[in-house]
Amino acid sequence: MIVELGHFALTLAFAVALVQMVVPMIGAHRRDAGLMAIARPAALMQFVLIAMAFGALLFAYLTSDFSVKVVAENSHTTKPLIYKISGVWGNHEGSMVLWVFILSLYGALVALFGRNLPDGLRARVLAVQASIGVAFLGFILFTSNPFVRLDPAPFEGQGLNPLLQDPALAFHPPFLYAGYVGLSMAFSFAIAALIEGRVDASWARWVRPWTLGAWTALTVGIAMGSWWAYYTLGWGGFWFWDPVENASLMPWLVATALLHSAIVAEKRGALKSWTILLAIFAFSLSLVGTFLVRSGVLNSVHAFATDPSRGVVILCILVFFIGGALILYGWRAPVLKAEGLFAPLSREGALMLNNLLLAAAAAAVFIGTLYPLFLDAIGGPKITVGPPFFNMTFAPLMVPLLCLVPLGPLLKWKRSDLVAATERLMGAGVAVIVVMLIVLAVKTHGPWLAALGMGLAAWLVAGAFFELAWRLGLFSVPLAESFRRARRLPRASWGMAMAHGGLGIVVAGIVGMTAWRQELVTALKIGESAELAGYTLTLEQVGMRQGPNYEALVGVIDVKRGGRDLGLMLPEKRRFPVEKQEKTEAAIRTNGFSDLYIVIGDDNGQGAWTLRAYENSLAPWIWAGAIIMAAGGVVSLTDRRYRVGAPARARSRLAAQPAE
Amino acid sequence: MRALILSLMLLLAAGAALAVEPSEQLKDPVLEGRARDISRELRCLVCQNQSIDDSNADLAKDLRRIVRERLVAGDTNEQAIDYIVARYGQFVLLKPPFEPATWLLWFGPFAVLLAGAGIAVAVFRRGRSGVAPSLDADEQARLDRLLGRAE
Repeated sequence: MIVELGHFALTLAFAVALVQMVVPMIGAHRRDAGLMAIARPAALMQFVLIAMAFGALLFAYLTSDFSVKVVAENSHTTKPLIYKISGVWGNHEGSMVLWVFILSLYGALVALFGRNLPDGLRARVLAVQASIGVAFLGFILFTSNPFVRLDPAPFEGQGLNPLLQDPALAFHPPFLYAGYVGLSMAFSFAIAALIEGRVDASWARWVRPWTLGAWTALTVGIAMGSWWAYYTLGWGGFWFWDPVENASLMPWLVATALLHSAIVAEKRGALKSWTILLAIFAFSLSLVGTFLVRSGVLNSVHAFATDPSRGVVILCILVFFIGGALILYGWRAPVLKAEGLFAPLSREGALMLNNLLLAAAAAAVFIGTLYPLFLDAIGGPKITVGPPFFNMTFAPLMVPLLCLVPLGPLLKWKRSDLVAATERLMGAGVAVIVVMLIVLAVKTHGPWLAALGMGLAAWLVAGAFFELAWRLGLFSVPLAESFRRARRLPRASWGMAMAHGGLGIVVAGIVGMTAWRQELVTALKIGESAELAGYTLTLEQVGMRQGPNYEALVGVIDVKRGGRDLGLMLPEKRRFPVEKQEKTEAAIRTNGFSDLYIVIGDDNGQGAWTLRAYENSLAPWIWAGAIIMAAGGVVSLTDRRYRVGAPARARSRLAAQPAE
Repeated sequence: MRALILSLMLLLAAGAALAVEPSEQLKDPVLEGRARDISRELRCLVCQNQSIDDSNADLAKDLRRIVRERLVAGDTNEQAIDYIVARYGQFVLLKPPFEPATWLLWFGPFAVLLAGAGIAVAVFRRGRSGVAPSLDADEQARLDRLLGRAE
C-alpha cells in the first residue's frame, strides 16, 4: 500500500512539474503575476510529493518488502540497517529517485528563500528547474520505475553488492548528487538570464552560493569515492583515471572555474557571457556524468543496444538540455553587454587565466575519456586511453595553474602591479626553498622531481598563509590591530585561504604517494617476518571471523618499528555467502604522515599466505587536504554577503568595511 | 561512481586474490622493477581500465609472465612491449600511440588552451582599441572637477 502511494506521489509530482514548467514561464513572458505565483507552491508541492515517494521506497527497504522488485534485487534481511538505507540509492532506479529528490529540494529552497529575487527571474528559474524535473521524473516513470512489484514475492532478497557495503560509499552518492544537482541551479539561473537577456551583479550574487554549495558537496563526494577506492580495492591507489571517476572530475573542474568567473561577474560585471557558458557546461557535464556512466556507453557504444529504451531517452534528455542551452546561448549571449574593462595583469586577468587552464584541463579529461568511443564510432582503430595519457596532458595544465594560485588573490582589480604582489609572497618563496632543501636532504630515494612537487605544495600552503597575513597586517601592525582585522575579515576570505591551502596539502599527498610509496609483496608462513620501510611485519596467525552477513579470513600481523611494538594489524578477506562475492579489507595504520597498508591474499598451497604491504607516504594528506578545501567552501558559505535573503543587511555592513 | 563499482566488481568477483603474486616475481630486482614499469603501461584486456599490474585476472597474469620471460630473454622494454602489441593489438597500450588517428586526442587539450588564449588576446586587443570604459557618476564628477580646476 505504502509503495503504491509512493508510486502515486511520484506520478503526481510529474504532473506538478509539468505545470511548474509551463505556467510560470508563460506568466513571466506576459508579466502576469498570478501565473508566475504558481511557481512557488508548485515547487514546494513537488518537493513534498517526491519526498513521499522517496520515503515509500525507504520504507520498502527498511521493512525488507521483497515484493518490490528493486528491494528484492538489492537488499537482504541480514543486511545491517545503514546498508538497508543506502540500498535505496545503490541501484539505477533508486539513485534516479535520489537525484530528483535532491533536485526538488533545491527547487523548494529557491521557492522558500528566493523572496527577494525579482518575480520574473524567480518564476523562470523555477520553470527551468521544473523542466529538468519533468525529464528525470518521466525517465524514472517510463523506463526505470522503482515501484514495480514482483508476484510471487521471493522469501529473501539477493543482497547488495559487498563493495557497496561500506560507510564511506553509503554516503558517497548523496554528496556526489548534491553536487551534480546543485549545478542545476547555476544552469537554471543561466537559462533564465539568457531568456531575460540580463545578467547583473545580483544575478551573480545568487549564483555564487549555489555553485559554492554544489562545489563543496562535489569535493566531499569525490574525496569520499577516492578514499573508498584507496582502502577497499586492495592495492592502495587513490585515483585511477577511470571513466566514471573522470565523469565526476569534469563537473568539478568546470564548477571550480565557474566559482572563480562568477566572482568577476559579480564584482566587476565582466566575463558575464563566459560565466553563463560555464554554468551551462558545468551542469551538462553533470548530466553526462549521471547518464553516460549509468548507461555503460563509456565502455562500449554497444551498451545502448542492451537496453535501447533507456539509452534513447538518455540521449534525448542530453541532446535537449545541452543542445537547447547552447542554441539559446548562441542566440541570446550577444545581447549581454560586457562591462568592466581590465588590463591583462589584474585580478580579472588572473581569474581568466585560471578559467582558461581549468577549462583546458577539463577538456583533456573529456577528450581522453570519450576519444576511444569517438574512434570506435567513426570506425577507427580500437585504442585505450589510460593513466599515462592523463598524466601527460592533465598535469602540464595543472602545474602552471597551481603556480599562479597564490598570486591571483594578491593582484588588484582592473590593473595591477606584479612587483607589489610578488613582494608580498617573499615569505612564501622562502618557505618553498626551505621545504625543497629539506626534501632533498631527507628523502634519499625517489625522483628529484618530488622536491619540486613538494615545493609547489609549500608554495600553495605558504601562499595562502601569507595572503592572509598581508590582509591582517600580521608582520607590520601591532598584534591587537591584526586581531581586530581578523574579526572583520569576510568569511569568504578565510574560506578562500583554506581552499587554496587545502589544495596545497592535496598536492603534497599526491606527490608523496607518487614518489615515495614503498611496496612489499611476499608470502609468509605463520611466525615469519618481513621488512618494509623500517617496519617489521610478523604473521602471528590466520583465523576466521563471523561478521553480520559475511565470514572473514583474518590475518593477525604484529608490527614493530626499531624494536618498538606498534601493536597488531588485522587485514581481512571477507566472503559474502548471499552475494557469492569476496572483498578485501585492508588494514591501515596511519601516523598522520604515512599509512602502513596491509592486504592479505590467498594461501599459496605451501602453508604460506600472500601478503601485500605498502608504506604510503603522505597518503592521508590527500583526503585531509580535500576536507580542508570543502571546509573552506562551508566557511565561505557562511559569509553574510552570500547568505540567501540577507543581501540588504549585508550591503549596509559592507559599506562600513574597507574595500577588499 | 556506481559504474566504477560495477566494473570493479567484475574484477573482484573473480576472487579477491592479489595482483602480482610472490611466485611470479623475478629474482633480479632491476629486471623485476622494469617488469613492473612495463606492466603499468599495459592494459588487462578483459578488465575495465586496469593495468595488468593491478589486475588479478588470469589473462593479466599470463601477460605479466610473458613480459618477464621477454625481459629474461634479454629484450629491452620497447621490444617487450612491441612483442605484446604484435600479439594483442594497440588496444593493450594504456598510453595510446601517437599517430594520425590520435592527433586530435594528443593535441586536443592544448588546442583548447591555445584557442581560449587566442580569444582572450582578441578581447583585450578590441578592448584597448575600442571605446574607453564608460565612467560612472562619481568618476565623471571627479573628472569634471579636475578639468574645471585645470582650465
